[in-house]
Amino acid sequence: MPFTPPKESFSGKIFELSMGRGDKAVTIGGENVMPFHRFEGMSPSKPVVAFEVQDVPPEDWPDTVKEAFKDVSGDPAAWAAYCQDSLGAEAIALRLVGTHPDRGDIPAEQAAETVKKVLEAVKVPLIILGSNHAEKDTAVLVKAAEAAKGTGSVIGKAQEANYKTIAAAAMANDLKLIAMSELDINLSKQLNILITQMGFDKEKLITDPMCSALSYGLEYTYSVMERIKQAALAQNDAVLQPPMLADVGVYVWKVKETQAAEADLPEWGELAARGIAWEAVTASSFLISGADLLIMRHPDAVAAVRKYISEFSMEVR
Amino acid sequence: MLIIGEKLSIIAKRVREAMLKRDKGPIQEIAKAQWNAGARMIDANIGPAEDEGEELMQWMVRAVQEAVPSPVCLDTTNSKAIEAGLKAHDNQWGRPLINSTSNDPERFPILELAAKYNCQVIGLTVGKGGLPADAEERCAIAAEIMARAMEYGVPLEDLYLDPLVLQIATSQDHALHVIKAIKMFQELNDPPMKTVVGLSNISNGCPKHVRPIINKHYFALLMYNGLTSAIADAAEMGEVAKTIDIIMGETLYAHSYLEM
Repeated sequence: MPFTPPKESFSGKIFELSMGRGDKAVTIGGENVMPFHRFEGMSPSKPVVAFEVQDVPPEDWPDTVKEAFKDVSGDPAAWAAYCQDSLGAEAIALRLVGTHPDRGDIPAEQAAETVKKVLEAVKVPLIILGSNHAEKDTAVLVKAAEAAKGTGSVIGKAQEANYKTIAAAAMANDLKLIAMSELDINLSKQLNILITQMGFDKEKLITDPMCSALSYGLEYTYSVMERIKQAALAQNDAVLQPPMLADVGVYVWKVKETQAAEADLPEWGELAARGIAWEAVTASSFLISGADLLIMRHPDAVAAVRKYISEFSMEVR
Repeated sequence: MLIIGEKLSIIAKRVREAMLKRDKGPIQEIAKAQWNAGARMIDANIGPAEDEGEELMQWMVRAVQEAVPSPVCLDTTNSKAIEAGLKAHDNQWGRPLINSTSNDPERFPILELAAKYNCQVIGLTVGKGGLPADAEERCAIAAEIMARAMEYGVPLEDLYLDPLVLQIATSQDHALHVIKAIKMFQELNDPPMKTVVGLSNISNGCPKHVRPIINKHYFALLMYNGLTSAIADAAEMGEVAKTIDIIMGETLYAHSYLEM
């Protein structure tokens, strides 16, 4: 008698969300199964990795990842084009970190100009991120949203302190919106409710339940994400059915393991390989917990994760 | 928790008059209010409907489904009226539910209709000889109804067992018998049998201001014991259903959970 593997099926389904414009638009979500369980139901799209690009040179990045972009990182448009044309990026995440009051305090209008230049330089979808300064982000992201009007771009992150302004800007300019809460599944649901109560279409939301690096609380973020996915699928909770984001690179490339020299810690092995592995392992963990979209930095780490995605997405016969 | 909106009953004067005059206005207004309050099926109770029952049930089903995207619970003892209602029912929002069959031979043909029209059916655990004495008797009757359903070709997943809620003012001990029956019904099959109650009967005959209090608390206890659906006023029960779902871990908590 042939063996029939048991299948778990769910009543809920993740919303399909399309980012970008024209033939370079990319769709994430749409699955009604746990990650990579294609053999149990529908999983029409694969997780997407966006390359992180910044509006100012990445002076605070460790050498391993700074080195990879040294010829282009002085100009955000050239940097984005390099990721698209030479590294095959499916999406670009432009972080407007230079607008942070402690990082240069670049005015909103100037940040909007950068957004325009990057949009001209690439055809792949753009994810526009503020500097994570709740107050400054309201000014910056409103201007940035106007600059990206009608491009199908994603903007964020809307948080409890500033969601009204940012969600309104996303709505007015027909953009997708990232809603971020800090590592609390109930607050994550609450923020999605509040944003949809403003009239924002829940099918244009991306949930960011917050991220963390391997060995720096990954197990917490992992389990929050996993529980959101389970509530979305098993309990058919529509508020939790937007696709999820893991913003990996920013957390990974500031931990000791990606920066400590081999001379100081020879037992940790070669620094560059260690940092790349750290980012790839962190990112692939979040794929298993249910992320549909990743933001990453190092090309080799991205290549490893994309290989992982493609191998896990193969048809099982 | 499936709430079957109960307000469309011939017992209510306003509804009865609308039915007699074939005035869709009040019917659709009530159906919409129940739907908006969270009912996901609407009970259409036309009573025994001995005259013109078939035409009346069809008119009711159409009036409800014009107003809300909902399946209808066909509530009458007139089996011809039920069949007419099944023919008129639009299944695009879910299959209809017949209210009801029982252990009374006169109610057996209802199972034939359920099988023929591939719909769901309530099995009221009463027989011809009066009311069941306790939970165990309700279970014994339930087992007979289940066996008969299978005989007629109605899958057990399509059968909702109803332990018959009685008035607390006159039959106080039955309040606990019914809760116990809800627990026991689930053990009669794997996967567990679905259950339903006519909730507001518990407070029938009680002072008006007491009724919602009794209904809500009784509903919470029934939910805790695994009740799957209730014919009830969605506007009155919505908060209870959502809160118990949170407490039971069926829904993830958020501060605005009542607004969802």
